[in-house]
Amino acid sequence: MIIEMEKYRINKNNGLEFGIYTLGDHIKNPATNKRISAQQRLNEIIELAKLSEQAGLDFFSVGESHQEYFTTQAHSVVLGAIAQATEKIKIGSSSTIISTSDPVRVYEDFSTLDLISDGRAEIIAGRASRVGLFDLLGYDLKDYEELFEEKFELLLKINEEKIVNWEGNFRAPLKNAEVLPRPVHGSLPIWRAVGGPPASAIKAGFQGVPMFLAILGGPASSFKYSIDAYREALKRSGRNPENFPVSTAGFFYAAETTQQAQREAYPHVDLGMRSINGHGYPKQQFAQGADPRDVMNIGSPQEIIEKILYQHELFGHQRYIAQVDFGGVPFDQLMKNIDLIGNEILPAIKKYTSGK
Amino acid sequence: MKIVILSGSKVGSKTRTAMDYTEKEVRKQYPDSDIIFIDLADYNIEFSDGRNFLEYEGDTFFVAKHLMDADTIIIGTPIFQASIPGALKNIFDLLPEGAFRDKVISVLVTAGSPKHYLIPSQQLIPILSYMKAEVVKTYVFIEERDFLRKEIINDDVLFRIERLVEDTGVLTKTYAQIRAEKEEAYGF
Repeated sequence: MIIEMEKYRINKNNGLEFGIYTLGDHIKNPATNKRISAQQRLNEIIELAKLSEQAGLDFFSVGESHQEYFTTQAHSVVLGAIAQATEKIKIGSSSTIISTSDPVRVYEDFSTLDLISDGRAEIIAGRASRVGLFDLLGYDLKDYEELFEEKFELLLKINEEKIVNWEGNFRAPLKNAEVLPRPVHGSLPIWRAVGGPPASAIKAGFQGVPMFLAILGGPASSFKYSIDAYREALKRSGRNPENFPVSTAGFFYAAETTQQAQREAYPHVDLGMRSINGHGYPKQQFAQGADPRDVMNIGSPQEIIEKILYQHELFGHQRYIAQVDFGGVPFDQLMKNIDLIGNEILPAIKKYTSGK
Repeated sequence: MKIVILSGSKVGSKTRTAMDYTEKEVRKQYPDSDIIFIDLADYNIEFSDGRNFLEYEGDTFFVAKHLMDADTIIIGTPIFQASIPGALKNIFDLLPEGAFRDKVISVLVTAGSPKHYLIPSQQLIPILSYMKAEVVKTYVFIEERDFLRKEIINDDVLFRIERLVEDTGVLTKTYAQIRAEKEEAYGF
């Protein structure tokens, strides 16, 4: 079976793609109770992208969150710096909140990014899990669903059509509009960010767009429902699922042993959740996360390899992106993680998934 | 121990009266605790629109934050139209799914009719369990005839409140100890 995912720059011969994503969170390090400056955090994110490229990773992405404890609100600007600092690694947003942005401006930004990076830019568009940005940017929360659907569809249209004619409810109409510049290969890979229950995965399927699925913790088999529902929706809308890549995104932390990884990662994950969502990560669930059937990739390199391969067998996905820096993880620990990925985890993942 | 006493009605006096007695008992039994009394009648709380509780403002944020930070919550509720009041259900809707994890919650109910006795166990306790609370098994059910002009005139009710407050404290301590031991064993 030939998998036609070229449009999304996915080549099955490369095996499962491995990437890093950051939400750009800016939280104190629980070990020292100190928070680095926003400037240092931004520079370290750019540095992390360089290290990821050197370690042979496929993808690096930065998200936007407009609230306390974050620092990459202007994520496309950060990606511009990363484009300049790297040469090969694919770059993208994780995610761009299209609901509260103008799709024309987003497309201009990311096609510019694509030109600067010589065809490496991608957009992952999401709906936002927090809603403070609706007030900040002047949108009504009542339009939460429709803002996303309308603006995401306009973004897809701009990607497909050089001359755009469009009318909607949340933006001035476009009449014979040419959105410039155009990306290197004519179009950008645009993914839909999906979290939690299958409802959003089904929408992605009916829309005929590739899906980025957030899988923070819990049994892999539970997330398979969303992936199956996505592919079923693709089929029902007359598309071939073989043409649409799926990516997963979740917590990652590697250390010599699983116990050490848990010991080092837990305080960060717990404080990160506490700061952003108002309640910590239950220890009991975190402990269960070490089980090979759980999607949380926190453990020794060998255990993580086994987990990722198990998930790959179950999901048949094309890319996995790891969140290593959540909750004020200091940079030396991030470097160690990238080392372990590059030296131990990535070669094994590529060996077992190439051509599959 | 951070204890929230929540009187879950916008109208009437019986639940408030019962919770006043409860507060006195809590202060008597746990004088060193951090105790806050929240009567929903004193606050203007928005209807939940699905956002994270941290993103509300004013009274809504104040009440949600105190409940999230509590170790122990004692809820008082009347029975309206054979259920809990909408005002109280809205409080639950404001909070995240697992909001009551690691919290002990106990319940007092005031009702106009003994026929309503099973309503809390059918309609309130399942919500608390779903939200992961450790619920104190028995609740105090107080009827119309137990009150006279904002006072409780049935000594049995007063004894039951005393026992409920004691059980609530004992369970909070017990669960905290068990949890501490268990979490220690995880080694992270």
